[in-house]
Amino acid sequence: MTERSPVLSVRGLSVRFLMPGGRRIAAVTDAHFDVAAGECLALIGESGCGKSVLASALLGLLPGNAEATGEAMLGGLDLLSADERTLARTVRGRLVGLIPQSPAAHLTPVRTIRSQVQETVAALTGVRGRAGVRSAAQAAAERAAFPSDHLDHHPHELSGGLAQRAATALALVGDAPLLLADEPTTGLDRDLVDHTVDELRRHIDHPGEPDTAERALLMITHDLAAAERIADRVAVMYAGRIVELADAEEFFGFPGPRHPYSRGLLQALPDRAFTPIPGLPPELGSLPDGCAFAARCDRADDTCAVLPPAVGGVACHHPVPGAGMEASQGAQEDVRA
Amino acid sequence: MLELRAITAGYDRRNPVVRDVSLSVAPGEAVGLLGPSGCGKSTLARVAALLHRPDSGTLLLDGEPVRRWRHRAPRPLRTAFGVVFQQPRLAADPRLALTDLIAEPLRATGRRDEVPERVTELARTVGLTPDLLGRRPHEVSDGQLQRACLARALVLRPRWLVCDEMTAMLDASTTAALVAVVEDYRAATGAGLLAVGHDRTLLHRWCDRTVHWDTLTGAGRTH
Repeated sequence: MTERSPVLSVRGLSVRFLMPGGRRIAAVTDAHFDVAAGECLALIGESGCGKSVLASALLGLLPGNAEATGEAMLGGLDLLSADERTLARTVRGRLVGLIPQSPAAHLTPVRTIRSQVQETVAALTGVRGRAGVRSAAQAAAERAAFPSDHLDHHPHELSGGLAQRAATALALVGDAPLLLADEPTTGLDRDLVDHTVDELRRHIDHPGEPDTAERALLMITHDLAAAERIADRVAVMYAGRIVELADAEEFFGFPGPRHPYSRGLLQALPDRAFTPIPGLPPELGSLPDGCAFAARCDRADDTCAVLPPAVGGVACHHPVPGAGMEASQGAQEDVRA
Repeated sequence: MLELRAITAGYDRRNPVVRDVSLSVAPGEAVGLLGPSGCGKSTLARVAALLHRPDSGTLLLDGEPVRRWRHRAPRPLRTAFGVVFQQPRLAADPRLALTDLIAEPLRATGRRDEVPERVTELARTVGLTPDLLGRRPHEVSDGQLQRACLARALVLRPRWLVCDEMTAMLDASTTAALVAVVEDYRAATGAGLLAVGHDRTLLHRWCDRTVHWDTLTGAGRTH
């Protein structure tokens, strides 16, 4: 799957929020990554690191005071420069299916799940006629494992897990080439997390349906277990920057993450050391000139006052040596970035 | 001792989500309650924290049956519980700065004079910096807001803590940090804990004892 052309190609994406008083918040800075068909890229990081802003930028859903620069190519279209009409008519739902962060807020509170799924089916697919739409909606709900006896419920009558499945069902309706899942497993129990990510995985792999193109999945999550289960590659975000981009197997297994922040994040897991990274992430409005993680890093020294360039997929002045790195530090091939 | 005996509770009397469930937490004990989404474990936690009146069953607090719930519960009972919910955004008044959010229980119980000292102390404990304290919920991240919600739960020095999916919205590092705060508090005060969640690995690591929802109902109990 190395030679496949990327579905989504992000180059130098930055998002700035202009605040009253001329303050600028650097929510995302210079993000580069690709997501190929049949591939899942998991974007992980602490809350408030800019993950969700990045997702909003790709869908043109940033608030008015935000300014996105760079390029995000999807099927010949630059998502960042597309106008609202293009975004509404061809992008949202059709090119990018969004699985939102808080489904309870995403669903319309005054309508039943059935009516919302049916509306989505009618808007995004060629299915016409009451009976057709009804059965297509039922099939869509089934695909996301949403129980059909709950279709006539309103969002407030659903548990967090069921609301998430309803939102997932809506995102799958349009058969978009790129699925964008923003914290799809928050609030779900472990079995449901496994089920949800397996379902997402199945949707991008599409076994036994050779006529349909494979899909790409960009999953934004803080759930490292879910990321480990589903991802082919992992992008770690810290203070608005992607600090490490790595193969998921090497990241979660051997030799492990190379950026000290990534290592700290994994060591905080309850089945590992269960120790937090000391301190808090820096404010996005007043980032240091150098490495943003230096203040919390046990490997920090004077060189960290300068912003580290991303070399070999890691933006750090003294990364932990990775696989095949022991002999020739710095001579490694560039990971796809 | 916190004892829930044959509790039946829910939002529709004909179809309660919690049926005949019993569970007890000894003083100083940390009990993890595991169960799938929507099984009723949060409702049970609300009953235990005096926030939801059960349809039937008994809640015994140090041997005394509880007769009143929510705002009707006597203040000494209400303030014996600190509760942290899953979604900090829904558990925080959007109009209050974090410092007022943390101080609110003190003001509500007429202990205004303790505010400056207690808020400063707790902010340090949960890792909130002074500039964050002046902000309102929409100006901070979920993780920072949950830190403030945990500080609010601890501000009255409760004897019991009820953490309902406290860390479900949080990243690994913030999770580890908040669990450490709860454990430090319990080590210092001997408070009991009921932690509700669905992360088996986390609750096993965190609690003295974990019970699965299925073993708590009348049919599933072995004794």
